[in-house]
Amino acid sequence: MIKVTYVAQDGTRTNIDADEGDSVMHAAVSNDVDGIVGECGGSMMCATCHCYVDDAWAEKVGPRSAGEDDMLEGAASEVTERSRLSCQIKLTPELDGLVVHLPEEQF
Amino acid sequence: MTPGTVTIIGAGQGGFQAAISLRQNGFEGAITLIGDEPGLPYQRPPLSKVYLQDGKAEALYLRPESFFEAKRIDYLPGTRVEAIDRAAQRLTVLRDGAEKSLPYDHLILATGTRNLRPPIEGIAHACDLRTLTDAQRLREKLDQPARIAVIGGGFIGLEFAAVARKLGHEVAVIEAAPRLMARAVSQRMSDHFADLHRGWGTALHLGQPAVAVEPAGVTLADGTGVTADFVLVAAGVRPNVELAEAAGLAIDNGVKTDARLQTSDPAISALGDCASFPDPRGRGHIRLESVQAATDHARLIAKRLAKGDTDPYGALPWFWSDQGACKLQIAGYATPDAAEEEIAAGIVGRFDERGLAAIETIDNARAHMRARKLIASPEPVTRADLEEIAA
Repeated sequence: MIKVTYVAQDGTRTNIDADEGDSVMHAAVSNDVDGIVGECGGSMMCATCHCYVDDAWAEKVGPRSAGEDDMLEGAASEVTERSRLSCQIKLTPELDGLVVHLPEEQF
Repeated sequence: MTPGTVTIIGAGQGGFQAAISLRQNGFEGAITLIGDEPGLPYQRPPLSKVYLQDGKAEALYLRPESFFEAKRIDYLPGTRVEAIDRAAQRLTVLRDGAEKSLPYDHLILATGTRNLRPPIEGIAHACDLRTLTDAQRLREKLDQPARIAVIGGGFIGLEFAAVARKLGHEVAVIEAAPRLMARAVSQRMSDHFADLHRGWGTALHLGQPAVAVEPAGVTLADGTGVTADFVLVAAGVRPNVELAEAAGLAIDNGVKTDARLQTSDPAISALGDCASFPDPRGRGHIRLESVQAATDHARLIAKRLAKGDTDPYGALPWFWSDQGACKLQIAGYATPDAAEEEIAAGIVGRFDERGLAAIETIDNARAHMRARKLIASPEPVTRADLEEIAA
């Protein structure tokens, strides 16, 4: 199991245990974390699983995948250099303890 | 006035989204979600793609079982609705062999579609790819080397064909129309994908309808025999409107709604693949078969019921199809007779008398997102705007 923490806009922290290989988006949705929608199911079509990777984790998470920059153009909330589509972050043992922040809105 | 009890018929992505959006919008009343399939609500798009390869059913579920209890959503799987009594605002449902009567203050029809079975001799022997159960059966068949015939060269048939080829099976696609995905994309895109599939080693039989399915394979109208160990039929769908029709609701290629997705009975709304609604871009009543339309419809209805919002539906349609490693993305909605123009390599615009209707792109998320913005904008589209998409 890999621990992931989702931090909402109001500071609420939701900690979940996810399976290795799961995406940060799917782990959130299947644990009903408010603030991650993932409407297209991880097909890189919707930008409704936007999240901000915590500074401490930026390096381990690595760069955006091909096409992710372009889809982020459609995100509802401000896109920063920490912005990612959470469907594109696959959980590996190195990401145990990952912290991501949730945007204000996804639509 | 906020209804006390909202009942949703259909637990696909749209019906499920209606339930969750009602709670997200602060609706406090009772919610009943009725599905005719067993198990939890799941995503359908991966069934013809990822699921065929990884077989992970749990990855398809929209939410875990605990979610329904936590959100006070009364989820009834394996339940068939037999009739809608509009005067009494009650449903007759069949569950575990027993008939029950369920009340509603507002009813949402999210009944979706079912597979069309063309009048082909012996077609009863062909497989479907619509439900998780269908996909599970197909996966078992893909375990051993096979010769496979696919009747229907639309999104589902081609997505399946690409996976089956990748797994090493011998695949033939049979399409009655002269080109692939003719209902959904331009001639150029049809040609592009025909080349791709041929390149992957799939045999394409275009402009030749199947006339018979036999144990040895499929016979085409011109007498050609296509040998196959099993046959998949993916020849389009029909909206499930029978319940609505029997209840006397207006039907027009789907359950007819107004711009707020209300049917001819104000106590009943319709959404998703079964709903025929006014196109916000003025192209008459349309019916879309897509996750995007189903979920956007659901959000609008939930806001209306929970908060009294009266906004008309205005979301821009978008579609996608993953075939092999190739991703087709469509922003907007064009009818099959729309004209086409190549904007740049791999980018095709579709135009009708109202102007730019849709833009199709291949493996180009940037152009796709720009196309969405351009089509959604109320400003007239200029040549420079179109060129900007490819820049």
